[in-house]
Amino acid sequence: MFVQTFPITRGDFDTAGEASSKIKNMLKKLGISPRIVREVAITAYEMELNLVIHSLGGELKLEVRPKSIELTAKDNGPGIEDIKLALKEGYSTASESVRNMGFGAGMGLPNVVRHCHNFHIESELNKGTLIIAGYSLDEKED
Amino acid sequence: MLLTDLAKLINANVITCPSSPREVACAYTCDLLSWVMAKGKPGLAWVTVQTHMNVIAIASLHDIACIICPEGIQMEAPCVEKAEQEGIAVLFSEKTAYEICGLLYKAGVPPV
Ligand SMILES: Nc1ncnc2c1ncn2[C@@H]1O[C@H](COP(=O)(O)OP(=O)(O)OP(=O)(O)O)[C@@H](O)[C@H]1O
Ligand SMILES: [Mg+2]
Repeated sequence: MFVQTFPITRGDFDTAGEASSKIKNMLKKLGISPRIVREVAITAYEMELNLVIHSLGGELKLEVRPKSIELTAKDNGPGIEDIKLALKEGYSTASESVRNMGFGAGMGLPNVVRHCHNFHIESELNKGTLIIAGYSLDEKED
Repeated sequence: MLLTDLAKLINANVITCPSSPREVACAYTCDLLSWVMAKGKPGLAWVTVQTHMNVIAIASLHDIACIICPEGIQMEAPCVEKAEQEGIAVLFSEKTAYEICGLLYKAGVPPV
């Protein structure tokens, strides 16, 4: 099994995306099929940017097993009040300045749901949010 | 279509471009980053008014061919340098996103 954790800092837009880029390159090196690599890269990016934009800081973890891949985003708050609403396409609490940069379409979490095989989210206000996106490597790929 | 031909077609200023010839597979225009993240493909020509570091991150994650800045919008040097490192071409054009996409579409570059 292969595990790597990336700390993600709140508000750090200049390096945002670097963890996702490393994750993508690692999976490529491990010989994971291009289709899965693309999907994990999309998920990793959206999780990473949500940690940068919406959380107080946290970490992104990649776990690669012989038959599965798991991406976990965990943060130290502020938590999500209404998870169902947060998962809705177009819902965003992003600030005006962040929207001006092209974030805040409210498509990040829907993208994650769409591009993983198993999705888990739990969140507690003032505590934090945990999101797990799982991929099965069982099926014949490409 | 080759990147160099695309640059000529839209009369663009090539700010950085990998030395080996690259084929443009398709084109897309959008300034909302999560949409581009969902739609991105290798070889994409992406027309956007966004010019910050995260644009390069997305371009790199999808192995896109080029970022086209329309309407004379400039990208700052650190971002251009990053694009260069990642092997992504950056083109500046005076034309609007609409005109650029129209020209590409007419020349047979398919949508994503
Ligand atoms: N880690 C998090 N901590 C707290 N709130 C979050 C977190 N992740 C997402 N949210 C909340 O869920 C909403 C929807 O997230 P989503 O990623 O779908 O959209 P967005 O980040 O606002 O915009 P986009 O991802 O399209 O740029 C966010 O606006 C935010 O309110
Ligand atoms: Mg998001």
